[in-house]
Amino acid sequence: MSWDADNRTTVSRYQATLKQTKNCFTVSSNSEADEELLHDEYDSGDTSDEEERRNTVGNVPMWWYNEYPHVGYDLDGRRLIKPPQRDQIDEFLKKCEDPDFWRTVRDPSTGQDVILSKQDLELIHRIREGHVPDPEHDEYKPWVEWFTRSVLAAPVRAFPEHKRSFLPSRSEQAQVARIVHALKMGWLKTKKQLAEERRKRKEKQFYNLWGSAAGAEDEAQRGVHRHIPAPRRALPAHAESYNPPPEYLLDSKEPAQPSPGSSHYIHTLRPQMKEWNKQAETPWKRKYTFLPTQHSSLRSLTISADELVPRLPSPRDLQPFPTGEALAFRGHARLVRSADFDPSGQYVVSGSDDCTVKVWETSTGRCLRSIVCAEPVVRVAWIPVAGLSLVAVASGRRLLLLNPGADIGCHRVAARTDQLLEEPPPKHDVQMDERTRTCATWDAVTAEEWARGVRLAITHFKPVTHVCWHARGDYLAVTLSDAASRAVVVHQVSRRRSQLPFSRAKGLVQCALFHPTKPILFVATQRAVRMYDLVKQELVRKLLAGAQWISCMAAHPGGDNLLVGSYDRKCVWFDLELSAKPYQTLRLHGGALRSVAFHRRYPLFASAGDDHNIVVSHGCVYNDLLQNPLLVPLKQLTGPARRDALCVLQLTFHPAQPWLLAAGADGTLRLYS
Amino acid sequence: MVSKKKKKYSSGEGAQFMTRKAALKKLQLSLKDFRRICILKGIYPREPRNRKRAQKGAGGIKTLYHTKDIKFLLHEPTIWKLRDLKVYQQKIRRARAMREYGQMKKWLRDYPDINIDHIVKERYPTFVDALRDMDDCLTLCFLFSTFPSLQRVPRDQSMMCRRLSVEFMHAVIAAKALRKVFVSVKGYYFQVEFEGQTITWIVPHHFAFQPQSKDEVDFKIMSTFVEFYTMMLGFVNFKLYHSLNLVYPPKLTAGFTSDNDKDLVDEQAYVSERIAAMNLSLARVAGSNEAEELPEIDLFSTEDEDPQKLEEAKLEAEKVKKLKTMFKGLKFFINREVPREPLVFIIRCFGGEVSWDKDHFVGATFDETDESVAYQIVDRPSMDKQYLSRYYVQPQWVFDSVNARTLLPINKYLMGAVLPPHLSPFVDKTKDQVYIPPEERELNDPNFKPLDDDSGTEIEEASDEDAEEAEEPDSDDDETALTKQYQDEIKEDTSDDDGEGDDETDAEKKKLKKEKKKAMAVTTGVTHKEHPYQKEIEDKQAFRLREKLVRKKHRNLYKSMKAGQETRKKEIWLLRKKRRLHEEKIKEDKKVEKKNQKKEAFENATASV
Repeated sequence: MSWDADNRTTVSRYQATLKQTKNCFTVSSNSEADEELLHDEYDSGDTSDEEERRNTVGNVPMWWYNEYPHVGYDLDGRRLIKPPQRDQIDEFLKKCEDPDFWRTVRDPSTGQDVILSKQDLELIHRIREGHVPDPEHDEYKPWVEWFTRSVLAAPVRAFPEHKRSFLPSRSEQAQVARIVHALKMGWLKTKKQLAEERRKRKEKQFYNLWGSAAGAEDEAQRGVHRHIPAPRRALPAHAESYNPPPEYLLDSKEPAQPSPGSSHYIHTLRPQMKEWNKQAETPWKRKYTFLPTQHSSLRSLTISADELVPRLPSPRDLQPFPTGEALAFRGHARLVRSADFDPSGQYVVSGSDDCTVKVWETSTGRCLRSIVCAEPVVRVAWIPVAGLSLVAVASGRRLLLLNPGADIGCHRVAARTDQLLEEPPPKHDVQMDERTRTCATWDAVTAEEWARGVRLAITHFKPVTHVCWHARGDYLAVTLSDAASRAVVVHQVSRRRSQLPFSRAKGLVQCALFHPTKPILFVATQRAVRMYDLVKQELVRKLLAGAQWISCMAAHPGGDNLLVGSYDRKCVWFDLELSAKPYQTLRLHGGALRSVAFHRRYPLFASAGDDHNIVVSHGCVYNDLLQNPLLVPLKQLTGPARRDALCVLQLTFHPAQPWLLAAGADGTLRLYS
Repeated sequence: MVSKKKKKYSSGEGAQFMTRKAALKKLQLSLKDFRRICILKGIYPREPRNRKRAQKGAGGIKTLYHTKDIKFLLHEPTIWKLRDLKVYQQKIRRARAMREYGQMKKWLRDYPDINIDHIVKERYPTFVDALRDMDDCLTLCFLFSTFPSLQRVPRDQSMMCRRLSVEFMHAVIAAKALRKVFVSVKGYYFQVEFEGQTITWIVPHHFAFQPQSKDEVDFKIMSTFVEFYTMMLGFVNFKLYHSLNLVYPPKLTAGFTSDNDKDLVDEQAYVSERIAAMNLSLARVAGSNEAEELPEIDLFSTEDEDPQKLEEAKLEAEKVKKLKTMFKGLKFFINREVPREPLVFIIRCFGGEVSWDKDHFVGATFDETDESVAYQIVDRPSMDKQYLSRYYVQPQWVFDSVNARTLLPINKYLMGAVLPPHLSPFVDKTKDQVYIPPEERELNDPNFKPLDDDSGTEIEEASDEDAEEAEEPDSDDDETALTKQYQDEIKEDTSDDDGEGDDETDAEKKKLKKEKKKAMAVTTGVTHKEHPYQKEIEDKQAFRLREKLVRKKHRNLYKSMKAGQETRKKEIWLLRKKRRLHEEKIKEDKKVEKKNQKKEAFENATASV
C-alpha cells in the first residue's frame, strides 16, 4: 500500500512536469503512447479524446476510492473499474516473469499499470540529475537583443515621433546661451576652473618679505619679551664620523654601554647604524628639549677659569718672607703650647705641657735654661720692653712672672729687673675691691721660687688661658676660662694691683689683647670681637667675624688692622678704619685655626692650625687712607708633625728678622727663615 | 589713616610670570591651539629666578610664561583665526553627525589655512636674522622631505619641504656657498655661508622610513614647527634667488607639485627625481650677466685691527675663492652603488659636472663611455671594465677634498683601498684642551710626520720615539712630575760625568791625577745647580694659594670649570693612549707578517733546492 502511494505521488509529479513543458517536447504518459510516439499525434485529426480511459474525478485524493471497486468515472459517466488487485505472490511471479516489471508504474487515476517508455526514463533521469529536462535545450546560445537602449527592433509606441522632437529646444538654447555668456564674462566658472583656483589659493605665495626697509623700526619693537634665541646645535666632532680615527672606536676592554654624553656613546651605536632609522628622533629631541625645558637667562661664559682667580703680585716680588724650615728646637717632652721671642730676638721662651718653661738661643737652637712649674704651661709671653727681663708664664691658675736669669741677655737688665721687683710697693697704694681680691691674689714669692726665677706670682680663681702684655710692659691682660664676667683681668706689675674691667659678661671670652698704641682692649668672645676704650670705659665697636668660634687674634703693629682666626678654618682681616665687617675672609687652611701672628716690621702675617700647613701671607697696609690693604698668600710651609689632631699651637714672628717660630704639638719648636 | 595693605605677588617676580593654565584662561584657547600659537610665535616658557615667588607661593614645578609674552600673544590676529577654525571644525563635526557627507566634504575641501607671513617678518625683522636661525629650519625640512604622508601631518607638507629644500640647494649651488661637509653616523652635515652667516644642517642618511610610536615623537608638534619653517624657508629662498638674479620659483621637474598623480609612486622615484632636479641649471633673470664675481675685499688698516689678523683674513678669503672653483671643468661619473644626492650637490656646488647611469636613474647628462670623465666615484672593491683616462676614487675623497679645500692626492682613496679616517671639519682649533688626531695635525702641518709611515727597519727606533712621546708630560702637569724629571736629569748628568771618564787612551793619566788629588785633598767645587723647575714649582704653589682666594660667589663655578678641565684632560689622555696602543699593534702585526713572508720565502727556497 505504501509503495502504491509513493508510486502514485511520483507519477503525479511527472505528470505535472509534463503538463508544464507541454509545448517544449512531446509527452507520452502511458503504454499506448508508446506506439503513438511512432506516428504524429495529430494525424488522426482528433486531439482531445484519443485517450482511452480518462478519469474525470478531478483533483481529489484517490484514497477516497479505496473502498470502492472503481476509481472514478470516465467521460461518459461510466465507472472506471479498478483492475484486479494482485497479491504479493502475484507480484512476485510477475516480477519474475515480466521483463518490463522494473519500468511498470501504476497510474493512480485509472489504477492501470503503465510501462514507462525509453523517453520517459530519460526524462526522469535528467530531472533527477538536475538538468534541463529537454535534451535539445541549449543554455548557452547567443543572446539576441531586440529591445535595449541601442536596439529597438520594434517600436515602443504605436505612433510616429512629432516633428518638435527633432528640433532643439528654444528655452534650453536660451539657458545655455545665458551660461555661456556668464562663463565668457567670468561670472560663472567651470568645476575645473574652480578646482584650479582653489589649488592656487592653497599654494603658498612667496614674495620679497624683507624687501622694503620701511617699517622695520616698528617691527623691531614688537616681539618676544627679552628674547633668548635657542642655542645652536653642537657641531659634530671626530667621534661622530662614519669613519673615525681608530682611537675613537671602542676596544674590547671598555664597557659596552657608556653613558650617553661621552664620545664613545655614538660608537656603541655604530654597529646598528644601518638600522638607525629613527631619524626623526634627533630633531624631535631637540624640539622637545626646546619646548618644555625652560629658557633661563643664561649668560654665555666667555671667561676662563683662571680669570676667576684674583690677580695678585707674584710672591717673588714680595720677598723677604720665610721660605723653609731652618731649625728645630727639640727638648720638650710633650706638646709645646706657647713660644715667644725676647724683644731683641736673641732668645726664645717656650712653655709646654710637660710643666717646663725653656729658654733657647735663637741662632743655635740650644736650650739655655729650663724652669719647672707646678702645672702644664699654657702660655708664655716675653715682656715687650727691652729694659726689663721678664716672662709671663701662665701655668694652671697661676700667673708667674719669671726672670730668665743673668746668663740670658744683658745681666744688667736682669739685675735691674730683680731690683725693681724685690720690694713690693707700699700696702696703702694697693687697693683692690672685694670682687677683684677674690678673683686674683698677688702671692708672696718664696725664696725657693725666687731662686728658680719667679719674681712675681698671681693666683687666680680659675685657670688662665691667655696672657697678653701691654706695649709699655706695665700691664698684663689675663684671660681666665669659665669666669663669666671676671674672665678678663688686667694686672699692673709696678703697683702689683689687679683690675676687673668688666662688670657684666658679654659671652664666652676667648682672649683679650691690648691695642699696640692706644688705650684700647680687644676682647674676643665666641662670635664677635669687642673694642673697649679703657680710659673712657666704654665699648667702641663690635666687630662681627662671621665665624662660628673665634680661636685667636692678632693686632697689626700699626693698630688699625686686626686679624682673627677661628676654629671653622677662617682667617678674618678687619680693617678698623673701614668697617666693623670683615675686610677679607681667607680660607687658606684645611683645619681649625689656632694661631695668627703679625710681623712687627715686615708686612707679613702667618696663620696655622690643625692642618699640616703654615701659611705665610703678605699683608701690606698703606698710609694712604684711600687704599685698602693688600693681602697676598705667599707661601705654604710644612708644619711640624701632627699629634692627636693637633699640629701648630702658636706662631710668633721674630721681632727683627723675617723668621717665623711655630710651637708644635710634637714637642718641637720650628724656626722658618 | 591706615594705608591699604599691599597684596602679595602683585608686583615683582610674582606678577611677572604666569602659569600655563592661567595663560590658557586668559587667551581663551585650548591647549592644542596654545601650543600651536606658541610655536608659531616663538614663545617659550621661562625659568624664573625664584620659582616659589614666581608661582605665587605654590609648590611643585609649573610651566611658567612671562606675562608680557602672553600679552603679546593677546594682540596677535592669528588668535582670532584659531577661534574661527574652532567654529569651522564644529561645523564639520556636525555635518558628519548628521550624515551630510556632501556638505562635510565641501567644508573639508575648503578648510581655511592660517596666513603667517607677518609672523615670519615679526620674528625675523631682517634677512640676516632669518639666516642666523636657519639651522633648525633646514634640518627639519630636509628630514620631512624624506617622509611619506603620515597621520597628523598634512599631506602636502612633505611635498612642500621637498620642493623648498631642493630650491635651497639650488640657491647654494648658484651662490657657491658651500664651505664644509661631514659624513657622520647621523647623516650628512653641510655648512654654507650666506651674507657672513654660517648655516649648518643635517641631511639624514637614506633609509626606509620606519614609523615611530607616539610617545617617542609627537608628529603633530613637529608638523607645526614645519608649518612655520616652510614659510620661513620659502621667503628665504625667494630672497636668495632674488639676490642671485634667478627666477623664483624655478622650473624643476614635475615631481614637486602636489596635484599630480605621483603621490602613489614609490620612494625611489621621488629620490631620483630630486637628484635629477639638482643637476639642472636654473633660469636667470633676463639682463643679468652670468659671470658675476664679488669684488675683492678691501683691507682697511684700522687701528684696532691686528695686522696679522687682517693677513689671516685675506688668506682665508683667497682659500675660499679657490674652493669655489675647485671642481670647475671636471667631469664626474657616479656609479650606481654610491649615494648620489650629497655627491651631486657637492660637485655641482664647486663647479663640476656630474652624471650617472642613465639606465637606472633619470636625469643623466652624459654617459659612462664619455672619454672626458675625469673621476669616477665608485664604492666597490673592483670593476671589470676600467678606463685609463679617469681616476676611480671612493666617495670619501670628495668630502675630504672639500674640507681640505684642495684636490687631495687620490692614492689613499683609490678603488678598494682602506680609507684614511674621515675627520670632522667643525672642530674648533682655537679652543684649548682639544684632542687633535695625528691625521689632522698632518693636514695642518706639512712637516709633521706620522709614525705609521715608517719602514720596517725603523720600527724599533720609532717605537722608542713613541714611548718618549708618551712619557712627555702634558702642558699643565704636576709639580711632582717636574721634580721627578729634574731628578732624572740630575742623575743623567752625574752618569754622563762618570761616562766621560771612561776613555781608554788616557786612563793611566787620570789614575795619576786622582791619586794626586787625594794627596792634595783639594776638590773642585761643585757648582750649585739651579733647580730648573724651581720657579715653576713655586709659581704653581703660589697659584694654588691664590686659588683659595676665589670669591665665594664664584667658587662653585670655578670648581666646576676645573672639574671640566680635568675630565677633558683625562679624555685626551685616554684617546692618546688608545692611539698609541693601536699603532703599536699595527706595527707588531706588520712585523709578524714580514717574518712570515721571510719564513715562507726561505721554506720555498729550501724546498726548491
